[in-house]
Amino acid sequence: MNFFFEVLIGGLLSGVMYALVALGFVLIYKASGVFNFAQGAMVYLAALSVVGVMEFGAPLWLAVILAFAIMTLFGIATEKFVLRKLVNQPPIALFMATIGLAFFIEGLAPMIFGSEPRALDIGIVDEPIEYILENFNMVISRFDLVAAGVASLLVATLALFFQYTRIGRALRAVADDHQAALSIGIPLQQIWAIVWGVAGFVALVAGMMWGARNGVQFALTFTALKALPVLILGGFTSVPGAIVGGLIIGASEKLAEIYIPPVMQDLFGGNFGGIEGWFPYVLALLFLLVRPEGLFGERHIDRV
Amino acid sequence: MIKSIKPMLAAAALSVAMLSQVAVAAEEQFFPIPGYRVGPYGANGQAFYGGFVDYLNYVNLKDKGVNGVMLTYEECETEYNNAKGVECYERLKGKAAKSSGPIHTMSTGISYALIDKSAQDKLPLAMMGYGRTDAVDGSVFPYAFPLVTTYQMQASAIVKFIKEKLGGDLNGKKIVYLYHDSAYGKEAIIAMEAEAALNKFTLVQIPVAHPGNEQGAQWLKIRQEKPDFVVFWGWGVMNQTALKAAQKVGFPRDRMIGSWWTGSEEDVVPAGDAAKGYMAATWNVSGKQVPLIADIEKVVYGAGKGNLQDKSKIGTVLYNRGVSAAVLSVEAIRKAQEKYGKGKAMTGEQVRWGLENLNITDARLKALGATDLLPEIKTSCDNHEGSGKVKIQQWDGTKWVPVSGWIEGNKGLIHPLFQASAKQYAKEKGITPRDCAKEK
Repeated sequence: MNFFFEVLIGGLLSGVMYALVALGFVLIYKASGVFNFAQGAMVYLAALSVVGVMEFGAPLWLAVILAFAIMTLFGIATEKFVLRKLVNQPPIALFMATIGLAFFIEGLAPMIFGSEPRALDIGIVDEPIEYILENFNMVISRFDLVAAGVASLLVATLALFFQYTRIGRALRAVADDHQAALSIGIPLQQIWAIVWGVAGFVALVAGMMWGARNGVQFALTFTALKALPVLILGGFTSVPGAIVGGLIIGASEKLAEIYIPPVMQDLFGGNFGGIEGWFPYVLALLFLLVRPEGLFGERHIDRV
Repeated sequence: MIKSIKPMLAAAALSVAMLSQVAVAAEEQFFPIPGYRVGPYGANGQAFYGGFVDYLNYVNLKDKGVNGVMLTYEECETEYNNAKGVECYERLKGKAAKSSGPIHTMSTGISYALIDKSAQDKLPLAMMGYGRTDAVDGSVFPYAFPLVTTYQMQASAIVKFIKEKLGGDLNGKKIVYLYHDSAYGKEAIIAMEAEAALNKFTLVQIPVAHPGNEQGAQWLKIRQEKPDFVVFWGWGVMNQTALKAAQKVGFPRDRMIGSWWTGSEEDVVPAGDAAKGYMAATWNVSGKQVPLIADIEKVVYGAGKGNLQDKSKIGTVLYNRGVSAAVLSVEAIRKAQEKYGKGKAMTGEQVRWGLENLNITDARLKALGATDLLPEIKTSCDNHEGSGKVKIQQWDGTKWVPVSGWIEGNKGLIHPLFQASAKQYAKEKGITPRDCAKEK
């Protein structure tokens, strides 16, 4: 039983890391109704900017500030050169634009900062907490707990921002209908630039946590793959949904990885395992059948 | 009149001399390189192909080529993508029709895609530390060369090392095989199972789904299993993630031994302190203490013809691996020239013969300045591997340090597995194996 809880808690904490990436998707989707294919690449660009700036001798805090500046500039540039021309175009056109953006970032970022994998030390050691290990014989990582704290803070801030600020309300209006938002005087371009800047900030936080955990390298772009089932489960428009979806996906994939393969081996023989790559997607697909808008997504009703 | 003829004669003589120089220079040995320097594994490719090209330039600068035949090359970017790898091969093969060095793709997927094509086109395919391992049996795979050693022989050598570490007996011990859930990761399972049966240890197999950037469940399982050693077959981000996850569950890194694709600087540096003490197999040593590596830096970079922008990669595991691959390729051309004519460019077919008749002794390695860079190699029709040896190296936090001599895998146990697999392949493809007795 002890082992079960160890896996469960480890899974929940991993889920928080997935939620960090999923948040970036949610932000862009809420503001423009577009699935941002480039979010994984943005995580990579943000983390690479931090280590790239640090290689010039800058301390971590300065590197983070400069990386945030880079991500904000990137957000503004994306609005100006990519999105502005696509106002009122079908969402698929915007989606295709983000695909192009992803490839552009994946090529440009290593060209500027180099492609070799690098370590990112943010001062939190990824080791088990001694007290829990000694008293409960359970491995709970200090790093994962900090990541969970950071994600909770980020979610709370973003939820308040969307709910109670003028910009937050404007963002929601833009997401509902570009043209209607423009007609009542909401500055669409400004809103998009802000939201891409905020998404850049979320990418920076996710990039730093994932980069500190596994190293800063091209594979950070793959973190997006972990976020997709989280989004399907939590809903594309809900900030709290991203975190709840992350927790469900993280816990279920870890439990599945531990407990399903032995059953499969007993039934069919051979060597099963490595199922956490596809298991979350199956779970998300099953969930889609029951609740297509996700746990916290807005239910879409059309009048006939 | 005579006065006016003299300069004309001198000019004519000069022209003839220049033309003959041009004729000599025209004798060139071409290397088609479908490689990668960008994309997900670009950093690995940069070091490997940097070392490879630097050695070709070194031979040109230092020795004026191989017996006067200058080495040339053309790179095509594959981004480690199978489709692009095949496209690059098709693009380069026309140029390689006249003369071709061995083709190094640094990709198991691309190698698999090219194995039949290269045989049809009579172009030798080198797969050093990757690719199709049953191509050790050259009677079925005349144009494919898994040179130096293979995954299975490597796994066997690692088990031998662990056995020595555990006092010479593995009976009742437990080894976890943690692997990338792909063809690459699964290749060594057959060898691990054979070793487990032979040495009576418990083998626990734990796969990790691609890309392997999340291994929480696997390492909790390892903690529960309490193995004596973890043998680790990772790739890319999976390597750093495993080291960090091992640290997270408190598994000692000096009881983890990885394959050679987990044992470069690129694999451990991003893991920071979590990598200290971790061990990995290698078929080439790192460092600039190898005279050849130091001389390449002096000669090639001294002449401003170095291939790497980032010189810090010189002497790294993958750079030295690229140099080692080039050394064997050039030695194969040298060997082919001994048979087919010194000073001539060799066709792919002729270089294939050179690869199949390599005999690189320690004395030859010393003459090349490559003492201990790689093990001795002797290839033949029925042994395209030629060595089967690895060293175990340990990461001390700043560099890889060899902690063993060259260890040979259990050839008697492993090679029959290759022969059985090759025989099956020949049956499926309708290939009549060559009679290796006639090739000697």
